[in-house]
Amino acid sequence: MLRFVVRRLLQLIPILFGLSILLFAWLRLLPGGPASALLGERATPERVAAINRAYGLDQPIWVQYWRYLQRVIRFDFGESITDGRPVTQVLLDQFPGTVELTIAALLFATVVGIPLGYFAARRHGGALDGVSVVGSLIGITIPVFFLAFLLKYVFAVRLGWLPPSGRQDVRIDATHITNFFVLDGLLTREFDASLDAMKHLILPAIALGTIPLAIIVRITRAAVLDVVNEDYVRTAEAKGLTIAVIRRRHVLRNAMLPVVTIIGLQLGLLLSGAILTERVFAFPGIGQEIADSIFNKNYPVLQGSILFIAVLYVLINRVVDVLYGVLDPRVRVR
Amino acid sequence: MTTATQVDAAGGVFTPEEVVGGRWKEAFRRLRRNPLAILGALLVLTFLLVAAFAPLLAPHDPNAQLQIGEVRPDYIPGSSPGFPLGVDNLGRDELSRLLYGSRQSLLVGVVSTILGLAIGMTLGCLAGAFGGRVDNVIMRITDLMLSIPGLLTAITISVILGQSLTSVMIAIAIVNVPIFARLLRGSMLSQRESDYVLAARSIGLPRRKVVLSHVLPNSVGPVIVQATLTLATAIIDAAALSFLGLGNQDDSRPEWGAMLSDAQNYLEIRPALAFYPCIAIVLAALGFTLLGEALREALDPKFRR
Repeated sequence: MLRFVVRRLLQLIPILFGLSILLFAWLRLLPGGPASALLGERATPERVAAINRAYGLDQPIWVQYWRYLQRVIRFDFGESITDGRPVTQVLLDQFPGTVELTIAALLFATVVGIPLGYFAARRHGGALDGVSVVGSLIGITIPVFFLAFLLKYVFAVRLGWLPPSGRQDVRIDATHITNFFVLDGLLTREFDASLDAMKHLILPAIALGTIPLAIIVRITRAAVLDVVNEDYVRTAEAKGLTIAVIRRRHVLRNAMLPVVTIIGLQLGLLLSGAILTERVFAFPGIGQEIADSIFNKNYPVLQGSILFIAVLYVLINRVVDVLYGVLDPRVRVR
Repeated sequence: MTTATQVDAAGGVFTPEEVVGGRWKEAFRRLRRNPLAILGALLVLTFLLVAAFAPLLAPHDPNAQLQIGEVRPDYIPGSSPGFPLGVDNLGRDELSRLLYGSRQSLLVGVVSTILGLAIGMTLGCLAGAFGGRVDNVIMRITDLMLSIPGLLTAITISVILGQSLTSVMIAIAIVNVPIFARLLRGSMLSQRESDYVLAARSIGLPRRKVVLSHVLPNSVGPVIVQATLTLATAIIDAAALSFLGLGNQDDSRPEWGAMLSDAQNYLEIRPALAFYPCIAIVLAALGFTLLGEALREALDPKFRR
């Protein structure tokens, strides 16, 4: 068991190493080189030379890579060229929003998706089954931004039920301790602020959660259909266990294994899908920051955000992988 | 794929493939019976025709600001005679821009898929044919590429290459390379164990011949299915990148993603401007998806009756 976990974690090293080289190369490959990227429109030959000296860009490439690695390990990604804030600070400010959105989307996808997939499988071939199969196909095909626009137009612009943009009403003077707005409201007992933050999450979360929802429905349905025909289910029936016990202990529990993996994989993809959703809803998270940075050519922030999400994605997938091994002993053997 | 055996038909010698009509013929027969495949094919055909004949179909010049006089900060005219879908925020005919936009989407979809296919298949074929160390190196590279979400890779590459349609096409192609490479490799590895490969080897065919004319042709099925599906995702990804401000910045060549990006500022006064390009993207992508899924079923022996 321990060997399995350690081996899986050691496999991370080459991946992270490769990632660092990739993003290091990115800085070099930027149009005009890193100095003019840093300076933006203020670049003059003298300034470029000064920056090159200051950042050691006139050193050999391997020295530069070593220094870059040292900085990355200390979470030093440079400063934003729009407002001079350290990139790490920008990430700390924006990331809680993305986390809230991702968790909300995943909650929506699992809470709706697992029962839907389960009941679709139980009524295999019935109306609910048909609807969920066709629905999940459509859910996978529709681009995130289309759904986001549709939801925003219908529920925010037309009906006015939910706010069209942002994370919290600007008129609410909420105290922010953790920058997780929902949590902050609960901690400071400003429940109206918390509720408002939740309202802002609903539409983006549904838009972002629909693709995972469709995938979870498909996987749950297929997994349950697989499991009900297993011998151990027949044995359980033969033993005279009640249907409820069989469903809970034998069917659902075994069917959940592939679903757990898929949920984990989706978590990483949600982080990148959030980029588009946040842009539609002007939701201040890392995705919105990435979109803004593309527009402003704010390369330090762009690079920091992408490295951050990529590393997080790799780590989450690895944790899911390890957890899967913990849940299912068969995986460990491989 | 089956040309070599079809020639024999004149001589009266029937190969096993002719008896059942060949794998691809069989798949095509089943595709024709699948209503979803027909729907997909019709959507794709419409998309192709619109892209090809956009100048003939479009009622107006997509860049002429014909109704700019009617556009006010709080009002964009909707449907009117001569402008069935209304105009955009610069008074240009929306329908004409949509029709012309299909060209950009088709271009990105086809070029990036073919490019990704070419690189991916080369890598996958090398890995599948040689195995051993070559296989190991190629698979570790694909592992690394797949360990980053595709959208992030695509953003990174298009930023590095500068804002143009070409960089978007290259970015999307690269994102798909590891997928094609792995698929072909896996498919080739499973074919290598087949009896016909053993037979080909035992009659002393050189390895190059065995790989190129036996293993490879029988392994491309899943890759072709994936390529059809990739055409759909490439169209969506291109729109997404362009929505984020990457890609074609030349406003005189209408592009669905860029139209969407412009339209979001006018969602409150004229939401249709956002929905038209969205619907166009969905229909084009849906066509390729339906066709790809149907092709997968048609080629999959599990679905054979």
